[in-house]
Formats: sequence, structure tokens, C-alpha cells
Amino acid sequence: MIACAPHVTESLSRDQLLEIDYYLRLTRTLEERLVALFRQAKVIGGLYRSLGQEGESVAAAYALDFRQGDVVQPLIRNMGAILVAGARPVDIIKQYMAKGDSPTRGRELNIHFGHPARDGFIGQISMLGDMIPVMAGIALAGRMQKKSLVAMAFIGDGGSSTGAFYEGMNFASVQKLPMVVVIEDNAYAYSTPIAKQTAARTLADKAYAFGCRSETVDGNDVFAVHRAAKNAVDHARSGGGVTLLEVKTFRMKGHAEHDNQSYVPIEVIDEWRSKDPIERFENTLIENGVATAADFDEIQKRVRAEVDAATDEAERSPMPEPHEAARGLFAGDGFWGG
Amino acid sequence: MAETTYIDAITQAMAEEMARDERVFLLGEDVGAYGGAFKTSAGLIERFGPGRVIDTPISEIAIVGAASGAALMGMRPIAEMQFIDFITCAYDILVNFAATSRYRVGSSCPIVVRGPAGAGAHGGPFHSLSPEAMFMNRPGIKIVSPGTAYDAKGLLKAAIRDDDPVLYIEHKFLYRRIKENLPDDDFVVPIGKANVRRKGKDLTIITWGAMLYVADGAADELAKDGVSAEIIDLRSIIPFDEEAILESVAKTNRAMILHEAPLTGGAGAEFAARIAEKAFEYLDAPVKRVASLDVPTPYSPPLEAFYLPDKNKVVTAARELLAY
Repeated sequence: MIACAPHVTESLSRDQLLEIDYYLRLTRTLEERLVALFRQAKVIGGLYRSLGQEGESVAAAYALDFRQGDVVQPLIRNMGAILVAGARPVDIIKQYMAKGDSPTRGRELNIHFGHPARDGFIGQISMLGDMIPVMAGIALAGRMQKKSLVAMAFIGDGGSSTGAFYEGMNFASVQKLPMVVVIEDNAYAYSTPIAKQTAARTLADKAYAFGCRSETVDGNDVFAVHRAAKNAVDHARSGGGVTLLEVKTFRMKGHAEHDNQSYVPIEVIDEWRSKDPIERFENTLIENGVATAADFDEIQKRVRAEVDAATDEAERSPMPEPHEAARGLFAGDGFWGG
Repeated sequence: MAETTYIDAITQAMAEEMARDERVFLLGEDVGAYGGAFKTSAGLIERFGPGRVIDTPISEIAIVGAASGAALMGMRPIAEMQFIDFITCAYDILVNFAATSRYRVGSSCPIVVRGPAGAGAHGGPFHSLSPEAMFMNRPGIKIVSPGTAYDAKGLLKAAIRDDDPVLYIEHKFLYRRIKENLPDDDFVVPIGKANVRRKGKDLTIITWGAMLYVADGAADELAKDGVSAEIIDLRSIIPFDEEAILESVAKTNRAMILHEAPLTGGAGAEFAARIAEKAFEYLDAPVKRVASLDVPTPYSPPLEAFYLPDKNKVVTAARELLAY
């Protein structure tokens, strides 16, 4: 434990704080690398940035205990969460580049990969909301198997308009499953502002319909998100049931690289730029004497070296053999081994 | 050997699999204390407890979604649709999540989705569906449709033990109308194998589910004229037993596909195409299809009877085949 102002943290050691910083910088640096690869036409599909949202993705996932079998399910802007769970940058780059030795052997895009029991994370499908009932099933299985795992799902302001979200939240709440649902208000779903998405006062208010616990925090405050997520995880693990944790943040880029975000007033973007979660986190650590700029430089050097090595390996990887497209639909053809 | 109804065969299959394998559990609407809308799960909650016989909200997406998540974690869920018509509410998560899981990311998703299907019980537009064709063009889900008590039990056991998602279509019209002496041993009917229900040499009727009995009636009628019809009970729609179909057609040279779902875009179109592609030179007549009308299933008994295939329609189609 370290001496910190109480608003900073009560429960994180210096090593843990620096580890969080590592994941924050890894997320941003890896995405910047993916942008470079995208511009070289080496990323085959779309590229979806989490710029400005790295803080909540990393801080929320950092509240999980993957040794206990916890599972996190990201949406497209939560790459930071799966890095915390142990996803390897090289696998993410290979996924984006559609390589034959990517975790999905070229079948799936970006961060749509991972097995909940093996990896501690599970990729989404593109039908928003569907992962909420799936995560409820993962939490249900954990309970049936007498594990003490917690399932953490990410959903957005747009995704929480779907029927699947409501059915999944309702079922999980009725069953009092050990679940934390991080609901991101990042102001826009593609080009649609939140006022056209919901008439609810806050996204956390949706919890009233489910009878579950809820909280709203500043999504760009790493400490606040971690503290709230840790409380929610503890609540879930101790049998208290579901928490809907709303994080208020902002999507600093368009929906994907092709989208210039012309529908967002420039002054709003400028305002949020000054609230950058990584800068805020690091400044707080410096102000509280926990770390120095040199520590962050050291972390950045390490991150850069890892991303460079991952990029080299991914670039050397082969594309899949075309005929593999016909295999691996059902068990028994040996495609996936076993 | 014990005389067993089609519905009891389903209940027995679930109970035996739950007793054999603690990973197997049932979830759905009213499946617990009430024992299911048709009493398919009667007695299961008393035997296995509410932890393994789970009453859910009216939420088909949550039922299939939670089953899928649990399956990824190594469980063997049986997701009941109170009527199979309501699978349309969960179509998205079944075809996009469960069915694609292995192909997309290599994750086995062994769920069984089952529920009462079919018309003839005056259920009207929303309680009469034959859903197989809706799923045939979305790879990754196996589809079975038993028409006998033996197959109801054996195919459900096979479905529960299968490592991939299986849509198990049980016909509600048969629940208490069909009774058979079933063996006492732990038998399984393999998915993907047809059964030659009746041997014949003049034409082949390829069918499944409750239409078996329509085919039987028609075959008896045709026999009076000295015509011998072979009846292939397909049992599995995906994967289907192409070999059994082609073998029979090569012998009889005349083929009819009989199914309860509407004609256009129905499963019969696929089988007819397969016969045309692979057995064209054996055919003495164009392949016939007998199916329901291309309308929603109407409620009133005279309308429903007109909508459905029946013995006379099959006999008429058979005589056309033979006269070609």
C-alpha cells in the first residue's frame, strides 16, 4: 500500500498502479499501430478506435480476478479489457490482418475471439445486446459448477436499446447472477446521439426495470471506475447479484476509421480532449508522488518494444489456405484439433 | 420393453441424460414446478431440483443465449421453447451466436433447442410452426425431427450428447397419439441417418415428423391398387442422409417429398434439387413435392385441414407420378 490522497485509491499498490498504466499505454499504442497498418491496407476490415475510452475498459477489467475464472466480454472499443485479461497483442494484430494463424484462423475479425473458460475473455458477435444473455449463461454455468467466477460484460448506449440487452439483464437479475455490466455512455452510437437513443435520464436508470444495483461514474477517471468496478465485482462474488455500472465517457474518433465524425461539434471534442483518461491518471500519480515521468517513459519503451515485436510476427504470418474455408463447422473434422 | 408415448419418450430421454451427466440441465418457460405447458418435463424438478430445471422469464433470447453461454463453459443445456414458433424470437442469437461459434472461433456450443412443433392441433398461426427450412440455410446447427417414440428418445439423447447445437423438432400432434414398446437399454439414434420405414419398389416418399402417418395411410391406399410405395423417414434434416435418398430413388425411379411446412422454399426443395443433381438418370418422372399451402397456418379446423397435406393429396400426387 502507498500513501495516496483518499480520492486516489485505497486498494491498489504502486506496482498495480504502474501495471494499469502499462495496459492503458499498451491499448493506445497498439491501436495507433493498427491505424498505421490500416493506412498501409494491411488491416483487412474496419478499425474501431477506443481513443479516450481506454481508461474505463482497463480499469473495469482490472477489478476482475482471472485466477478465479472471471470472464470479461468486450465490445469493439474495449480492447483494453482483453489485454488486461491476457490477450496477446500479436493475436490482436493477426486478427485484424486476417492471418491464417490468428486465434480464429482468419474466420473472424478484430477482437472477436477468445474462449471464456480458457482465456478469461470472449469476443462479441456484431448483434449488439446478444452477449448479455450469453454472459448470463457463463455466470450461470459458473454457479452450477461451484466456481466463484464473476462475468463482466460491456455494452454501449446504442447496444442497450436492444431487446437482447433487456432480456439478458432481466434474466441475470432474476437469477441474481454474479455479473457486472459496464454500460458506456460515450455520447454517440455511430452518428446517433444519445438523446435519440433513449429517453432515460441516465443509462444507469435502466437498472430500475431490472431491480439490480447500479452506479454512475466518470468513465475518464481510472480510479473512480476501478473503485466502482471492484465494488460491483465484490458484490457479485459475494452473491449480491448484478450491477449495472454506467461510465460516462466520450468517443474521440468516428465510429470507425472511415468516419470523420463531422456530426460532433468540434468544441465538444476539444472539451473531452482535456479530460484524457491516461493523462489524468498519470498526472494524479505524479502529483501524489507515486510515480514520475521517467516511470511512464520506461513503460512506454516496453510497450513500444512489445508492439513492434508483435507487428513483426503478425506481418510474417501467412494468410489462411483457401480450402480451409470448408472446414471446422461441426466437431469431428479435426480442424480445431482435439 | 414398456409401452411408451412419444411425449414420455422425450421426458425419459431428458431424465436419463440428466441422471447420466450432471452437466445436462433444462431451462425454459414453466418447465419447473408446472412441468411444462405439455408436461414434457413433469417430475424433473422434483428429481433434479430447481438448480437444474430452471423456470425462466418469457425471454426466448435469454433462454437460448444463456444456454449458449453455459454450453461454452462445458455444460449441456436443453433450452425449451414453449412452442417451437417462439424460436423466431431467438432466431438471431441461435443462428448468429450458437450456430457460428465453432466455425468462427473454435468454441464448441453444445446446446439442444427443443419444443413442440407442427400443426393439426388447431393452434393457429403462432402455435403450429414447422421451422426446419428457416435454419437449413444458416450453417452450424443440426436439425432433427423424430416421428416415432423410439426416434424421439434416441434422437434426443444423441442431440444432448452432440458437441454442436441441435434443433430438436418434436411434433405436438404425436405427443399422446403415438405409443410404442421401447427397449429398456440406453439406446441412441444417430443424427444424420434415415430409416426405411416401409419397403417398396414403385415410388419413394421422403418424409419426416407427423407426415410419416400421412405417408403410411397413402401407402396403404396405394397398396390396394397393387402399388408399393417405399417410405423414407429422414429423421435428420441437417445433416441429411443423402445416400438413403439416392439409393431408394435409384430403386423406385420415382420420388415424392412430403412435408408439413409450406411448399415454397421448404426443405423439400433442397431434397428435390439433390435428387435432380445426383439421380437424374434414374428418374422416370419429375420429382413431386406435397406440402402445406404457402400461407400462415389457419386456425379453424376446415381451413387447417385444407392447408395441410393429407392422404388424398399424397395418393393423387403418387398416381400422377406413376402415370407420367
